Amino acid sequence: MFRFARRGVAVAAALALAASVAACSEDSPSGNGASVPGVTDTTILVGTHQPLTGRAAAGYSKISAATKAYFEYVNANGGVHGRKIEYKIVDDAYNPAKTQEVVRQLVLQDKVFAVLNGLGTPTHGGVLDFLKTNKVPDLFVSSGSALFNQPTKYPNTFGFNVDYVTESKVLANYVKKTFPGKKVCFFGQNDDFGDDALKGVETVLGSVAAKQNYVPTNTNVAPQVGALKAAGCQVNVLATITPFTALTLGTAAKLGYRAQWVGSSVGGDFVGLSALLGKAAPLLLEGYVTSGYLPSPLDEANPWTKLFKDVNAEYNGNTTFEVNTMFGMAVGYTFVQALQAAGKDLTRESLMAAIEKGGFEGPSLVPMRYSKDDHSGFSGTQISVIKGGKQALVDTPYVTDTGSGPVEPYTEGAATPPAKGIPSD
Amino acid sequence: MPNRAKPETMPADEGRAAATPPAPADPSTPGRAPAGSAPAANAPAGADPAAGDVSRQGATTAPDPVRRAGAAGAAPIRRGNTLLRHLLIAVGLGVVVVIATYQIEPFRNYQLATIGVYLCVLPGLILLTGFNGQISLGHGALMAAGAYPVALTQNALGGDAQWHLLVSVLAGVVTATVLGAVVGVAAARLHGPYLAGATLAVAASVPAVTTTFDGVFGGDAGLSFALAPAPSSLGVYFPFERWQAWLALLGAAITMLLLANLVRSRFGRTLRAVRDDEVAAALAGIHVGRVRVLAFVVSAAGAGLGGALFAVLAQSVSPGAYGLTLSLNLMLAIVLGGLGGLRGALWGAIALVALQPLADWATRSFEFSADVQQRLEGTLPLAVFGVALIVVMTTAPGGVDGLVARATRRLRRSR
Repeated sequence: MFRFARRGVAVAAALALAASVAACSEDSPSGNGASVPGVTDTTILVGTHQPLTGRAAAGYSKISAATKAYFEYVNANGGVHGRKIEYKIVDDAYNPAKTQEVVRQLVLQDKVFAVLNGLGTPTHGGVLDFLKTNKVPDLFVSSGSALFNQPTKYPNTFGFNVDYVTESKVLANYVKKTFPGKKVCFFGQNDDFGDDALKGVETVLGSVAAKQNYVPTNTNVAPQVGALKAAGCQVNVLATITPFTALTLGTAAKLGYRAQWVGSSVGGDFVGLSALLGKAAPLLLEGYVTSGYLPSPLDEANPWTKLFKDVNAEYNGNTTFEVNTMFGMAVGYTFVQALQAAGKDLTRESLMAAIEKGGFEGPSLVPMRYSKDDHSGFSGTQISVIKGGKQALVDTPYVTDTGSGPVEPYTEGAATPPAKGIPSD
Repeated sequence: MPNRAKPETMPADEGRAAATPPAPADPSTPGRAPAGSAPAANAPAGADPAAGDVSRQGATTAPDPVRRAGAAGAAPIRRGNTLLRHLLIAVGLGVVVVIATYQIEPFRNYQLATIGVYLCVLPGLILLTGFNGQISLGHGALMAAGAYPVALTQNALGGDAQWHLLVSVLAGVVTATVLGAVVGVAAARLHGPYLAGATLAVAASVPAVTTTFDGVFGGDAGLSFALAPAPSSLGVYFPFERWQAWLALLGAAITMLLLANLVRSRFGRTLRAVRDDEVAAALAGIHVGRVRVLAFVVSAAGAGLGGALFAVLAQSVSPGAYGLTLSLNLMLAIVLGGLGGLRGALWGAIALVALQPLADWATRSFEFSADVQQRLEGTLPLAVFGVALIVVMTTAPGGVDGLVARATRRLRRSR
């Protein structure tokens, strides 16, 4: 045993010496400037991390499939500057530790050109530094957190969703105009989603009469809803995720509490909430106010909805066309637009410069904000109200900033899809 | 090399104390049943190689009740200094692994680092479950207890010097050890399903604690922190992943070395004595409660180190990373790797890191229509993973380690 060990050490030491000599020359970065990772003359490899399994999979798992379907549609029509887009989707199960691993796999192993639409604040928040160190474009993060709009700290990262402050300012503006003199309260999630939303509401309305919050791990919201009722709140602004919007409405009904509910776009659309509330949905959702920045997936008259529905039918196995499908298609469309703008000589720098130049027009109801010192996505939302079992847009879209700027109507109208539904440069 | 008898010890074993009256002399106690197929089934409960040596001669003979109950009491017959031998093996293996880190790409180094992290946690869990017969479904929480202090200390110190990291990791280990002592004191009084339930509650409490005190722990989003890059003396282009792999593997080496010595010491023998028969152990003068608490503390320290290094790999901590799934995965890894000896930890760690990508790879070749594909995306690898687990557990109840031991034994015999 001893002799065996000694021999082993000797062999290992010899090997170590040989390896360290070999290693000294090995560690310099290879392919510096010569080639762009993930890009060839005929392909562009892009990756994403999504919750395909686990607690966040319901609904969200449809996003990346829709984006992929749109890319396949573009590829079938010749790709972008002759390059076909390959979209590698990896599952992180909404587990930040798993995100760490799979994003390293995408960047270090698969050598993707960019990470596109990584989903979730806690998940994606953990890989920002890694992506920055490796100079990987981190585009259109699927979150409205202000974390993803820090151009000086994370110059590679661009958000996509409307940020929570902006949206709640638009919601609060609607409340101010439509329900003047009513007692307004706030109920939100106890993280940056809730904090940012409250900040937006209070910027427009001043301090609210009462505020309550919840933790996503505790599904009993009766104490909070009871407190809102006791405080005599007439209008409640919600910063809740979809299941908790449904819980809140249901709990209020159980407590015999009637009020006007105004929910963030994060808190679910008509279809999503109806599915959760079941039979009681039409009654509970009547009058519910929410907002959004993309056309309704149910609006057949909208040319974008029609375009994406057709793509969904042909390239996505004609799965149910819902808000998340629409969202995924919009991500794909915006990315193709950015690639077109970056030109034929695609590099990571040229792509990010193209996005910072901004001026993207797409399916959204409001313009995107991208510029050199603003890396957040949509600049506002449009209010919709559920009436008689139908969700209908109200008024025009409104845009604002994340500070104390005014909430202003956006009247330029939405863009129409280009020929064939593929952006050109 | 000696022909090591390797009896499998199933976790069910520890349920015996509560469920059935102690039957130390009966080789067919319920917990032992799965080992029936192995030729070594009648050997004493030599969960570690040392005891295996003792059993070598008796492996094929009739069971010896005295030996069975007191296997731990028999001094291992081995010449030379155990610590020195283990040190030599560790250094030898360490050199080989360091060479390996130069030969593989950064992502493989990251995977190697993850294996290293699990190698800090799993040996302690094997010590607790395999050697001492206590079950813990709460080691994910102990890892969290090791991880959060790292983030908090790094942020407090600035995190830009190497010694900051050392302090942070030590803070993590100490916190986890203290928490382990508290849980251990409660656990020492519980057996079987009650112990599983209590530790499960600890695991489930992590997200609740972090969201309740979100001012400190950052709620669901957790905390991220800065980390000093690899020392510049290693070269300008020294990949950070290789540095992480070194840190994690150093932690693993220290853990393995300490625990390998511990299980061969007097303490290791008392651990096994308590597992096999608490009454007999108490009669032999062993303070049963103290040993059980100590086992928990030792294993918590390992979990704390693993958790701290896990945070170093991710450069962030969040409750999602230390949830119930992690705790269950750890349990699963040691069952899969083999509870019979510390080597099972190596197989378990490799399985935790490699099985999922392998399942991904195995399912990639299947072609489905778009909507089926969409439904299976992400779930099919999980199913393959699950099936693989079931197959391994039914065909090799002693885990991979038992399987390997059996294979090498057969090879040697045929020679």
